[in-house]
Amino acid sequence: MSRYAADVTALARKDLLLELRSRDTLPAMLLFVVSALAVFHFALPSGSSARAETGLLWIAIVFTALLGLTRAFSAEREQGLLDGLVLAPCDRSAIWLGKTIGVTAFLVLAEIVALPAFALFFHPLSWELVAAVALADLGIAAIGTLLAAIAAASRARELLLPLLFLPLAIPVVIGGVGASVGSNPASFLGFLGLYDAVFAILSWASFEYVVTE
Amino acid sequence: MITARKLSRRFGDKRVLEGVDLDVPRGGFVLVTGPNGSGKTTLLRLCAGLAAPSGGELEVNAPRETIGFLAHEPLVYRELTALENLDLYGRLYRIPERRERCGAMLERFGLWDARNERAGTFSRGMLQRLALCRTFLHEPDLLLLDEPFDGLDAEGAELLQQELVARSRCTALVATHDPDALAARATGRLALA
Repeated sequence: MSRYAADVTALARKDLLLELRSRDTLPAMLLFVVSALAVFHFALPSGSSARAETGLLWIAIVFTALLGLTRAFSAEREQGLLDGLVLAPCDRSAIWLGKTIGVTAFLVLAEIVALPAFALFFHPLSWELVAAVALADLGIAAIGTLLAAIAAASRARELLLPLLFLPLAIPVVIGGVGASVGSNPASFLGFLGLYDAVFAILSWASFEYVVTE
Repeated sequence: MITARKLSRRFGDKRVLEGVDLDVPRGGFVLVTGPNGSGKTTLLRLCAGLAAPSGGELEVNAPRETIGFLAHEPLVYRELTALENLDLYGRLYRIPERRERCGAMLERFGLWDARNERAGTFSRGMLQRLALCRTFLHEPDLLLLDEPFDGLDAEGAELLQQELVARSRCTALVATHDPDALAARATGRLALA
């Protein structure tokens, strides 16, 4: 287990270092999510319901995540590096977990900016909303990283990733909006936790088959 | 160490390899020659386990951690330094005394002075040297080398020759357009059409 953790740490550290050097992904995610919230602020009529406002936040989060996921395997794809990682004697699921940790970190950093911006433009944050966003990040990163790896192997990757990811993100939006403005947030938070667990296990177990023939 | 019988690989309707028979005994050094598109790279990828055969049989008696694979691409991150790249692979291959080993490899291939420079700033020849460092870093038993002299200058080619001589106990399958450079070391040849 400690070897597995060491592999995951090395791979996640590599992704964070690459982003620190290249600054390809995070600035784009930050710019997108703040711009989207600003556009929604001016587009939404005054006196709109909290449900409508929160729904727009979740749309912004899902598309910001999609932006990050599009770049998740860009270094590996452009330089054929997945071969080098697949040949290494570490468990292939460690590649997925390391990448998922990196994607989660970028999402959390984007939301550290997005949530105060949402509070500024719309209404104050509730603990249920923050908890829902935290849970959604895990699920989005888990399934999104698997789908990004599938799409990276395809020539139509820019088209394929949204086609695969957006339908699977619908439950996240339902759970997120329900937990944020619904009458029974605990059940929706439970639903998001279940979503995380199911898709994390599914992605962890199937990643090997995605990166090998 | 490697045995293939009627090995084939297709991409859609296109046959890349068809009916290839190959025997590479332990300690053998087999050169794979052939024109562009004859399937040399595909054969190496099959032996590395990076692709699956479409037909025939392939047996490679070498665990993943004992394979040293040199591809067309250097398989290094352009945004990381030479040392950081080797350190990453050293961690994944769980190499004892990793830092010393990475430093020794960089010195051996003349990259020590460039150890803290990003791989993206390297010339083609320097990238190939770094790729060779990565390939030999974990002391592999089976070498799968795709055009190992590609991009190397005379000094780099000499360093590679010395490395191969020092690893005379390794089994190797080498795809090359220049078989004469390795003729003295070769124990067999496979010509792909």
